[in-house]
Amino acid sequence: MEDDSGAPPPYSPLPEFSEKGPRVSATTSDQVIRRSSGATGDLVFAWLCKGAGLLVLLLLGGIILTLFLGGLPAFRHFGLHFLVSTDWNPVEGRESYGAAVAVAGTILSSLLAILLAVPLAFGIAFFLTELAPQWLRRPVGIAIELLAAVPSIIFGMWGLFVLVPFVQQKIQFAFGEELAAIPLIGFLFESSNYAGTSIFAAALVIAIMIIPFIAATMRDVFEQVPAVFKESAYGLGATRWEVVRSVVLPYTRTSVVGGIMLGLGRALGETMAVTFVIGNANRMAGSIFDATTTIASVVAMEFPESLAGSLKQSSLFALGFILFVISFIVLAISRWLLRSRLKA
Amino acid sequence: MTHGFNRRGLLMGGAALPLAFAAGTARAQQATITGAGATFPRPVYERWAQAGREPLGVQLNYQSIGSGGGINQITNRTVDFGATDAPLPAAQLAERKLLQFPTVMGAVVLIVNLPGVADNALKLTPELVADLFMGRIARWNDTRIAELNRDLRLPAVPVSPVYRADASGTTFVFTTYLSRVSEAWKSGPGAATSVQWPAGNGARGNEGVANTVRNTPGAIGYTENAYATVNRLTTTQLRNKSGKFVKPDNATFMAAASQANWAVPGFAADLVDLHGDNAWPIVSPTFILLPTNPAADKVDASRNTMRFFDWAYKSGAQIAERLEYIPLPESVQNQVRAAWAAEVKTPAGAAIWTA
Repeated sequence: MEDDSGAPPPYSPLPEFSEKGPRVSATTSDQVIRRSSGATGDLVFAWLCKGAGLLVLLLLGGIILTLFLGGLPAFRHFGLHFLVSTDWNPVEGRESYGAAVAVAGTILSSLLAILLAVPLAFGIAFFLTELAPQWLRRPVGIAIELLAAVPSIIFGMWGLFVLVPFVQQKIQFAFGEELAAIPLIGFLFESSNYAGTSIFAAALVIAIMIIPFIAATMRDVFEQVPAVFKESAYGLGATRWEVVRSVVLPYTRTSVVGGIMLGLGRALGETMAVTFVIGNANRMAGSIFDATTTIASVVAMEFPESLAGSLKQSSLFALGFILFVISFIVLAISRWLLRSRLKA
Repeated sequence: MTHGFNRRGLLMGGAALPLAFAAGTARAQQATITGAGATFPRPVYERWAQAGREPLGVQLNYQSIGSGGGINQITNRTVDFGATDAPLPAAQLAERKLLQFPTVMGAVVLIVNLPGVADNALKLTPELVADLFMGRIARWNDTRIAELNRDLRLPAVPVSPVYRADASGTTFVFTTYLSRVSEAWKSGPGAATSVQWPAGNGARGNEGVANTVRNTPGAIGYTENAYATVNRLTTTQLRNKSGKFVKPDNATFMAAASQANWAVPGFAADLVDLHGDNAWPIVSPTFILLPTNPAADKVDASRNTMRFFDWAYKSGAQIAERLEYIPLPESVQNQVRAAWAAEVKTPAGAAIWTA
């Protein structure tokens, strides 16, 4: 290993440190060698990148396969009935599982969250691109991005200790009966559940969590509207609202919907924050103040106590598979809608 | 030449490092055992682990991942012992080659949030508890509750049952009790670590249940007694099988524990709804699962597990009582030791527990 005494190596990884001979002559030979070693490096790098890319595909495929195989016994046992059954009964001897309540809870809470989040996100994006003075845009923009960085468990705790009591006392106890008395839609607010943990509380928490995603997408696409379009509209005497409604929104429509779908995708899979506030009841929600459950929270709550190989565990896997399929569809739609923007 | 020197120095350092490590281990004589399972006894196992580390030289690493997870892990032999709140039936124990033994007992109590009602003032019958959790009683000033509690002013707030959303041993004990006292419950939701609750709200963990009850006027929930005491929650009286109303405290828990019949397979004594004037009706033991056929390299861990719980039986009673658990009677402890000696064998067939 006494390399000092031997002949100088034909190639030194750090030629700059070489003290042999004049620099000029060294560079020419180095360049030749570098080219060849660079080619190998390129090849290795290309394969590494290819491998990384393929690994993602493999992982995705592996996860789908694991979920499907894990859920297969449940799908076999219950058949298509699994999708429509509202049962979730782990009691020995009368085990019966169904996905209907969890699927409905997942979709309803996410849709309700979208309903709450989109107007707010639109307001934020519009404010940031059109109304806010330049010095305010960055701080507000950063605040929105920070909101996206808050871990979901924090939202769960905040939801349980602040939001749930608020829903219970300031909404349900304060004017729940008046809401329930509204003709035609009153039933949406009529509930015998007074704990505050409800699909409404869950939707509120999810809405706050997905606002940053939707707002950020909207802001980005609003900024891409060519200034000349807007200026022309203003020049014709259009108001701000008219410009947004007739120029900005039509121009960015698909991208805005894509951004909303992106938020929806996140809302569907949200677990901890929702589990804290939704009430975890395996019952169909008849009103927005009813407790219900979502796929992600059922899995999180029940998995630790499910025995390996049991029908319960298999049903949980099956639920996971269904959630995967739902999220996949939503995200695929969002990618498809956003495709032109992303390419540009 | 400096290069070579450095390298040699590094090599020597590298050689010295494992030596230092070995010396450290030899001095501490610390063996590690790993267990996983029930959340219900976690506080007492953790305290035992702290107190037993010095005298035993055994470091316990306990992961409270839930009874189901504990059973899975010990069946796959990825831990040294499993822990469960719901006892495994004898057939399953035999199939999984496990020995089951109890460590401590604990009680489940009812907690309520009724403005103006003091701790342990509200009296409830088993039928009322079942109906409350079935959603059959709408408001707290219901005549059936009012008749039992003429001295209390019960508010007209709606009843909000609160239960554990995560599958748990506490739920198993509580639903076992409800199935025992109510035919409707038995044929309806039934007893398990999680059931299909007919009414109310699920919250995560004891903390979640306690928090929801504290926030919701009119709420009623159930938690482990230790948790209710530490958090000063409002508990209730309950009518026991002998027809007496009892308060949840150490005396009534001990009265229930003294009635238990341990001479059943797997020590699966049933302490729910026992006779006895002073017996609290919802008490349950919690169990350890130990492989009866540890692999050759697991023999030491198996012996250390038994040493640890032997020590816990002898010296851990006070710790358990301070945490409001009920220690095992000495006769049962000796039966457990006998079972260790008789059932847990090395691959060669020799008993591991010989003390």
